[in-house]
Amino acid sequence: MVGAGFTSAHFHQGTCLLGIIMKPHLKPPRWAERLLTFFCAPHLLEEVQGDLHERFERQVLLFGVKIARRQYAWNVLSFIRPFALKRKPNPYPTTFLYSPTMLRNYLKIALRNLAKNTVYSFINIGGLAVGMAVAMLIGLWIYDELSYDKYHQNYDRLAQVMQHQTFNGHKGTESSIPMPLVNELRTKYGSDFKHLAMATWQGARILSYEEKKITRSGNYMDVDMPRMLSLKMLKGNYDGLKELNSVILSASTAKSLFGATDPMGKIMKLENKMDVKVTGVYEDLPFNTSFRDLKFIAPWKLYVSSQKWVQRAFDENQWGNNSFQLFAQIADNAVVRQSDMTKLSAKIKNVKWDKVDAEEKKFKAEIFLHPMSDWHLRSNWEEGVKTGGFIQYVWLFAIVGGFVLLLACINFMNLSTARSEKRAKEVGIRKAVGSIRAQLINQFFSESYLVVAFAYVGAILFILVLLPWFNEVSGKKMVFPWAEPTFWLISLGFIFITGLLAGSYPALYLSSFQPIRVLKGTFKAGRFAAVPRKVLVVIQFTVSVTLITGTIIVYRQIQHTKNRPMGYDTNGLITMEMMSPEFYGKYDVLRTELKNKGAIVEMAESSSPLTGVHSNNGGFSWPGKDPSLHADFATIWVTHDFGKTVGWQFKEGRDFSRQFSTDTTAIVINEAAVKFMGIKDPVGKVVQWGDDKDAEYFTIVGVIKDMLMESPYEPVKQTIYFMGYENVNWMTLKLNPNKSASESIAKIEATYKKIIPSAPFSYKFVNDEFGKKFVSEERIGKLAGGFAILAILISCLGLFGLASFTAEQRTKEIGVRKVLGASVFHLWGLLSKDFVVLVIISCFIATPIAYYYLNDWLQDYKYHTNISWWVFALAGVGALAITLLTVSYQSIKAALMNPVKSLKTE
Amino acid sequence: MRRTYLGEFEEVVLLMVAILDGEAYGVTVSQALEEHTGRVVTFGTVHNTLIRLEEKGFVSSQLGGATNERGGRRKRIFQVTALGSRALQEIQQLRHELWQMMPPTKLRLTGL
Repeated sequence: MVGAGFTSAHFHQGTCLLGIIMKPHLKPPRWAERLLTFFCAPHLLEEVQGDLHERFERQVLLFGVKIARRQYAWNVLSFIRPFALKRKPNPYPTTFLYSPTMLRNYLKIALRNLAKNTVYSFINIGGLAVGMAVAMLIGLWIYDELSYDKYHQNYDRLAQVMQHQTFNGHKGTESSIPMPLVNELRTKYGSDFKHLAMATWQGARILSYEEKKITRSGNYMDVDMPRMLSLKMLKGNYDGLKELNSVILSASTAKSLFGATDPMGKIMKLENKMDVKVTGVYEDLPFNTSFRDLKFIAPWKLYVSSQKWVQRAFDENQWGNNSFQLFAQIADNAVVRQSDMTKLSAKIKNVKWDKVDAEEKKFKAEIFLHPMSDWHLRSNWEEGVKTGGFIQYVWLFAIVGGFVLLLACINFMNLSTARSEKRAKEVGIRKAVGSIRAQLINQFFSESYLVVAFAYVGAILFILVLLPWFNEVSGKKMVFPWAEPTFWLISLGFIFITGLLAGSYPALYLSSFQPIRVLKGTFKAGRFAAVPRKVLVVIQFTVSVTLITGTIIVYRQIQHTKNRPMGYDTNGLITMEMMSPEFYGKYDVLRTELKNKGAIVEMAESSSPLTGVHSNNGGFSWPGKDPSLHADFATIWVTHDFGKTVGWQFKEGRDFSRQFSTDTTAIVINEAAVKFMGIKDPVGKVVQWGDDKDAEYFTIVGVIKDMLMESPYEPVKQTIYFMGYENVNWMTLKLNPNKSASESIAKIEATYKKIIPSAPFSYKFVNDEFGKKFVSEERIGKLAGGFAILAILISCLGLFGLASFTAEQRTKEIGVRKVLGASVFHLWGLLSKDFVVLVIISCFIATPIAYYYLNDWLQDYKYHTNISWWVFALAGVGALAITLLTVSYQSIKAALMNPVKSLKTE
Repeated sequence: MRRTYLGEFEEVVLLMVAILDGEAYGVTVSQALEEHTGRVVTFGTVHNTLIRLEEKGFVSSQLGGATNERGGRRKRIFQVTALGSRALQEIQQLRHELWQMMPPTKLRLTGL
């Protein structure tokens, strides 16, 4: 054992000695040497290295290589201290970098450079300006979205009381709540709430004063509501609604109703039936608030006493009648955080469930608070869980804006790096005549900052031009924030960062060139110098192709939904709300007169407009009904002629008819209802509504094709159409197709003025109303399209610049090739190939990204289009075509050049 | 009398430079330190001290004497200046005077 150990040790030493003799390059650790040369001050380096080496050689002899190397490294590390790091001061006087003369010179040179290369300057400044403008517009938009409702001082403490209920295994969320809830909350949780205010639904109502009649959107709300909303009272005070017959008006309403006279204390008429006294005037709520259309507020108590069914709901404490809204302001004592609302929500969760009867308990009503800060941006629920809402679009556009800006910055960097190689000689000469590095850095930075500053001015001009258009597309009323210091600060920061990013490569890299090498001409950009540029081009086109694909799919989704079968004919239909008592009981007179005049083909009345369902009811049963099924239907009352007016398409059975006196208990249902009820041969079946003792019975006389009344993205709900003349609120008129609409409407107006003189004549085209359901999707489509175009434009600008640069760089090569017999087509291919490859790579990257996100987006819509492969192919081919167009101009120009000329250059 | 600011380690290094007399540079100084005082110190410390001594004017230096084992690099040879040798002498003098003032009993008590 001992012997073996000895031999091995001996052997080891032997190799070491052998190593020194045989391999004179036996060296200390390389990393340590490198480290030393990196940090050690040059004037100390030689002696330090020498000492370390001498020591190393001795150590090798004494202790062996391993220890010597370790010692060496340790000693190197011991030099990391100030004396070794400190560089020897320059013996020459330091150059004053910021002398005004030099600064002026930098500026002059920068301007001359811009003027010399007009195309580059234009691409740089124009592209960057567009990118900045887009980013700023989106920034303004996001700011506007996020500041929604912040007008209200109690923004943090306001909430709407809402409920989740479970029907047929699905948890639905609704803002309508039963009337007794407010008192229950007040008595049980009074200390948690500062104010609670009931309200009905905001809607257009007739206001009249003497001969003047206007229709304004408003609401009936509890006394505390003006205080909760912190309305700015121009006249009167927050207690204006304490009197039963009172009303408070917004400034604009007061002006249109009373003109210049003081409205305070004046008696006016509400809905043509109630006399109310004006007790206050408040400043109109700004455009970016949820209550922006709240143009008057009347007392909640007045609503209760004026509507029989509401009075009954109040008197009988109807927990089952979910028809009202409740707003709350939580108590002041706690520091308000989102969690406080959540906690309070958990506390009041069962307040309704505890009170309802056994039959209703199965709906598992959960009361909760929906904070005002979430109203606008986070109002979607799925199975009782908040899933976001508009905030997704805010994020989406924030990302898109960021990307467009990034594209512009990439252009800027790409062009400056591409061009910078041409300026290597300039750097050499400048250095030879005495420029120090810092001066060159200053010069390059001043150039990039000049471009950014120009671009910024350009961006502001763009915004001023684009803002009205953008407001229209995005449905906003934004103004340019001239007086906002934060805006200017952000702008300054942005200019600083962009200039730094774009200017850093030429400034730092070029200024490090050694003049001798550059001037001798041995300097050459590395083989991989173009790689970052290529990567950036790929990024640019990936973003562009993704945006193009997105736009196509959004438009296809809109188109797909617009082409959805409506189940009725919207053409020539106009609708009006029956907003005052005078409308009622005039049905036959109106109908005969209008028909006689030939203005309309048919007219009807209904309890919901054609573009919405205003009431849903449960409690239906029929033979063979599954007892556990919660029979909830959309319920609409219509007059005899409704089917003929809108053009119902019957699958089975017949329409309501005056020939059958029994039709008062007849119903028509839609196909969805047949499916929902699970019955065969529905015609003739009897449906029961209500409990056994006071049940009503209806006979199905007809089945119609589903009529699309609500969201075009959702399946049509099971619907029952009843026959009725009492609780109808909307008139629908089918204009005579043989006459022009304006002619017919003039006639209708004349008839109305005669028969219902007290009501203002206001109508809407059903087509337009239906179109409004697409507004937000169309808005997204338009914005996405706009951004896609900009993204492509910016990317192409960059590509154009790069192409012209490569063409210029390869002038000689092209000349030689031409001399040797290359054709123009061949040269065109040669020059375009590189870019085409990059764009194809981008398409391959963009396709899965776009597919993933768009598929996700489409899943939000129950009725949606499918993503087919040709969309991606189209986007890819489009991008490729645009690329070729952009590049070809430069490459053909280069290929057509006379080789004699190009070979003579330089 | 002007006080000379010399740390303990600086003083030892200065002494070594004086002892080595024209042969003092990083390697020899640290070897001498190890040999005579038993202290093992890193090169960084030794160099640092030498440069500080030079800044204070106690030593002067010049480059020279490249050898093969150094890979042909020159060494920085340090020499004690007049100021340096006076500083050493002053310290010696001061110590001596102080020793004289020590009561003889004290020495015995501490076991000397």
